[in-house]
Amino acid sequence: MTRSIRRFFLDQGFLECETPLRIPAPAPESYIDAVASGEWFLQTSPELCMKRLLAAGYPKIFQICKCFRAGERGAFHLPEFTMLEWYRTGTDYRTLMDDCEGLIAYAAGELGLGGAVSWQGKRVALLPPWERITVREAFDRYAGLSVEEALGRGCFDEIMVCKVEPHLGMERPVFLCEYPAELGALARVNAENPEVAERFELYIAGLELANAFSELTDAAEQRRRFEKASRDRRLQNCPAYPLPERFLTALSRMPPSAGIALGIDRLAMILADQATIDAVVAFTPESL
Amino acid sequence: MYTASDLRKGLRIKIDNDPYIVTEFNFVKPGKGQALYRCKLKNMMNGNQFERTFRSVDIFEAADMQEKKMQYLYQEEGKYCFMDNQNYEQVFLSADQVGEAQNFLLDNIEVEILFFEDRPLGISLPNFIDVVVTKADPWAKGDSVSGNTKPVTVQTGYQLQVPPFIEEGEKIRIDTRSGEYLTRVKG
Repeated sequence: MTRSIRRFFLDQGFLECETPLRIPAPAPESYIDAVASGEWFLQTSPELCMKRLLAAGYPKIFQICKCFRAGERGAFHLPEFTMLEWYRTGTDYRTLMDDCEGLIAYAAGELGLGGAVSWQGKRVALLPPWERITVREAFDRYAGLSVEEALGRGCFDEIMVCKVEPHLGMERPVFLCEYPAELGALARVNAENPEVAERFELYIAGLELANAFSELTDAAEQRRRFEKASRDRRLQNCPAYPLPERFLTALSRMPPSAGIALGIDRLAMILADQATIDAVVAFTPESL
Repeated sequence: MYTASDLRKGLRIKIDNDPYIVTEFNFVKPGKGQALYRCKLKNMMNGNQFERTFRSVDIFEAADMQEKKMQYLYQEEGKYCFMDNQNYEQVFLSADQVGEAQNFLLDNIEVEILFFEDRPLGISLPNFIDVVVTKADPWAKGDSVSGNTKPVTVQTGYQLQVPPFIEEGEKIRIDTRSGEYLTRVKG
């Protein structure tokens, strides 16, 4: 599977890159905890270093690497997992949807799965175009309350997990897009509708596979969002991280770009029809 | 005290003064959102089940359970009376609380009763009990229709299938977990 992923990107002229796993300052996000490594941290995503490469002039890059997130363990979560990230300059997140359609169909084809995958009894056709649905539409259709109501009552995440996600990507994969602006940490807000962020999540058979942004390139705005996330973390008594200053400096030179993170273990779960993430790794933390 | 991240299958917690056991547990986290702990919980008093989603900030009290050895005394109007042989205190359990075990309650049998605080929840029997067969039809040799077992009734009123050579008045050993015949007991 990873061999076909590499081939897919290399054939399109992407540069495979490798960035440090151990970094001095992870991106402050309200609900992602990093694992400390000495005075530094293990990366929660290669996002910051990869964007510095975009700023340095590399237009199409991808990476397959390990990421670490403290306390995340469940049927679909490992505290150490494998991420695929890719970035393109000069475009927005819509191009990444095309990439997803091409990439996953290609990987499935290379594995001899044909034009559809079956995951835990659900058959999902991979022929493009995949469904695109906004967060607003998804809440109206499946949740029985609006996005505003869910945000107002502070239960957006609960409704998303319990009511919305189980319906997403059942016949065709679905891109859940246009997140409320406050939920798009590193995403650009839409020029025509500043209430929504240009962010999407890809779902297949109810399983979340990838998160994508049209990247925010306004360094001052990014600093404000990091500071807000840091405040949220302090309020929740979560460990504080230093601000990634060199990333913020580089961001002001970064061209308009789009980037996406896709969970490789979860893609393996889908393609190999496995119910848990445990089944697609050689060792779980509990077995070490 | 437990936090939501301590939750796992089999854990017993106290909610609104009732004991609950976690029967299913899953950690979930929507993209960029907060960690959520989805549980199926079963009320250990009345058996009601429901689903609940907790956040990592939620905290729980442990359900304080203890098992006591008690002796079965008698049954009256659907209430089963047990006595603590240490202090002679008596408790009554309903037929629901006794459950399947009522098939195997021999007079004066010693059982373990699970308590939540002062409230009895249920009983566990010894794994094996010896009982007298009170009713058994004679075995008609060559009766191939009934196969190689026949039904009998034992002193507690429980009915089960046994090998055809078991006769009325004999003692047999039963596995109380499966309710099945194990062996004939001599003497």
